[in-house]
Amino acid sequence: MASAGMEPQASGTRRNFAPWADANARPLLRIEDVSRRFGPIVAVDTLSLDIYEREFFALLGPSGCGKTTLLRMLAGFEAPDEGRILLGGEDIAPVPPHRRPVNMMFQSYALFPHLSVEGNIAFGLRQENLSKEEIAARVAEILTLVKLDGFGPRRPDQLSGGQRQRVALARSLVKRPRVLLLDEPLAALDKKLRAETQFELMELQRKLGTTFIVVTHDQEEAMILAHRIGVMDHGRLVQVAPPAEIYERPNSRWVADFIGDVNLLEGRMSDAGVIENTPAGRLRVADAAGAKFGDTVSVALRPEKIHLAPAASAGAPDNNATGTVWDIGYLGDMSIYKVKLDSGFVMKAAVANVARGTNPPVSLGDKVSLTWARESGVVLTK
Amino acid sequence: MSATGKRPLGARLIVWVPYLWLALFFLVPLAIVLKISLSQNALAQPPYLPVFDISAGWQGAREFFGALSFETYTLLFSDSLYFFSYLKSLEIAGLATLILLLIGFPIAYGIARSPRRVQPILFLLVILPFWTSFLIRIYAWINILQRDGLLNDVLLALGVIAQPVVWLSTDTAIYIGLVYSYLPFMVLPIYATLEKMDEALLEAAADLGCPRAKAFWLVTLPIARPGVVAGALLCFIPMVGEFVIPDLLGGSQTAMIGQTLWVEFFSNKDWPVAAAITVVLLCLLVVPIVLYEHLQKRALEGAR
Repeated sequence: MASAGMEPQASGTRRNFAPWADANARPLLRIEDVSRRFGPIVAVDTLSLDIYEREFFALLGPSGCGKTTLLRMLAGFEAPDEGRILLGGEDIAPVPPHRRPVNMMFQSYALFPHLSVEGNIAFGLRQENLSKEEIAARVAEILTLVKLDGFGPRRPDQLSGGQRQRVALARSLVKRPRVLLLDEPLAALDKKLRAETQFELMELQRKLGTTFIVVTHDQEEAMILAHRIGVMDHGRLVQVAPPAEIYERPNSRWVADFIGDVNLLEGRMSDAGVIENTPAGRLRVADAAGAKFGDTVSVALRPEKIHLAPAASAGAPDNNATGTVWDIGYLGDMSIYKVKLDSGFVMKAAVANVARGTNPPVSLGDKVSLTWARESGVVLTK
Repeated sequence: MSATGKRPLGARLIVWVPYLWLALFFLVPLAIVLKISLSQNALAQPPYLPVFDISAGWQGAREFFGALSFETYTLLFSDSLYFFSYLKSLEIAGLATLILLLIGFPIAYGIARSPRRVQPILFLLVILPFWTSFLIRIYAWINILQRDGLLNDVLLALGVIAQPVVWLSTDTAIYIGLVYSYLPFMVLPIYATLEKMDEALLEAAADLGCPRAKAFWLVTLPIARPGVVAGALLCFIPMVGEFVIPDLLGGSQTAMIGQTLWVEFFSNKDWPVAAAITVVLLCLLVVPIVLYEHLQKRALEGAR
């Protein structure tokens, strides 16, 4: 595979699926230089993106980044001011929403309150002039798929939040769309239910093979669900990559900071792979990411990649910072240590709570040293 | 019983206040009207017989009940005047409700779909006429509709008509008066249901392959149905018994039941017949509503 070098192993072991890395693969959906403005606000700014058959794609970004506008353009509720959207090679701009082979699951679910669960699910099929028998069969089939057998005659207001979410999902899937759009599909569920539903959603997508595009502001959700994540900010795609690559190789300070927890250490590039004058002293990195001598760069360091130990009298000169424990956040499975370095900079280090017990190895006010491998630091120039 | 028994006395009493109110100001007067309708006309004070006399004791009560009869009802059903009066009232109220629906629904829809900040203003415009006396507004319509009134002046000036049209004292004038006066009662309940409707529902309908025009019939209208029913009942019921509008704007040849009632009560001084007209009218209105409620409940339970 052409991309073997580029792809971190984590995503490779999860699924052997990477059509975006295949130069011969034809995208199912092609977004070409699409812009959408609302008055002076540019919601989507000359955005281009290819999405492939069977792909689970997540658009991730803070609220107001334009991800929902992009989704609504795919559904046909908004028209691009510029650019083209091609589905299977055809421009879908002139196709009204009710003729697009695309269905959407709405954030509010938008279930018809006057119809039963069956009525809601059958609504789309009834527009296709199918026979009564076929509609009944397909409704029954999809109800089984979303584990709502026997709920057909109920009304939406007689269902729990999780059940309503399944009805909305079933209703948008029953028409067998080429692309399913999901607008914050799990946002209304409580945490425990959300975690369960995430896995069900993945399983469903694998089983059906439909292309899913999910919009979310929840990075954890995007990481779990998607083959690839498109990180959006101010109407632009900042980075498009598999979750592990986004996490381990963010391409900018913004992405590094937005996805997960990170320490950003600014300094000046000196020798090959050496960064001087950072708040944590001199750093060595394995990959300089093309930064030249004298460039001001940031080194992104994930808290879980830092090793924390009681301060030793002497240590390595590089990738070694000493400080005092400032704060400890106990999360159960791990603890986040905030360490105030001698330079005054506060660094976060995550320590897995491997041993069972209430006595932490290090407590508040202790002198500690932080060390990490050369491969852990990611040099960011943007 | 056990559940209410645990509640403090005040809480138990407060539950009975509305019932007490209804009993005192609805059931008791209704019983009196019912009793009068079963009495006979008499030149007396009060102008009917028998009169219940508690001092006559047990014997008196038996005589009292023996004297009650359905004579007035027999009269009501044998004279076609009453039958046609009821029919005319139902016809006018029914058609006026339909016109109100056709005018009121688009207005309510328009308000509900307009930007949030102009909604209160539009809303105010609908209820603003209520700030003037109802009677004054109806008299104003006499002015507009009379032979040399505003309407004829405008139509003549525009060349739509060559001769002044007789508006006043026609059924048309009654319809104009009814539709004008009852419009807010149609608009407000429909607006209330449409305003709560999630606009994403229409997008969902479109997304599922339903064109916009069709979505109106499949989504908007069914969701607005409770408002439509409430508005229709709110207009239809008082319009059937309406007296002022047909009396002031309608002609003498159109006798709605309200006018017939007025004539029986004040001109003929026949309280028993007037009371019987009321009781029959009440049955005419209550029975369909109870039936509708019953069907509605059955439909809801059937859906479960």
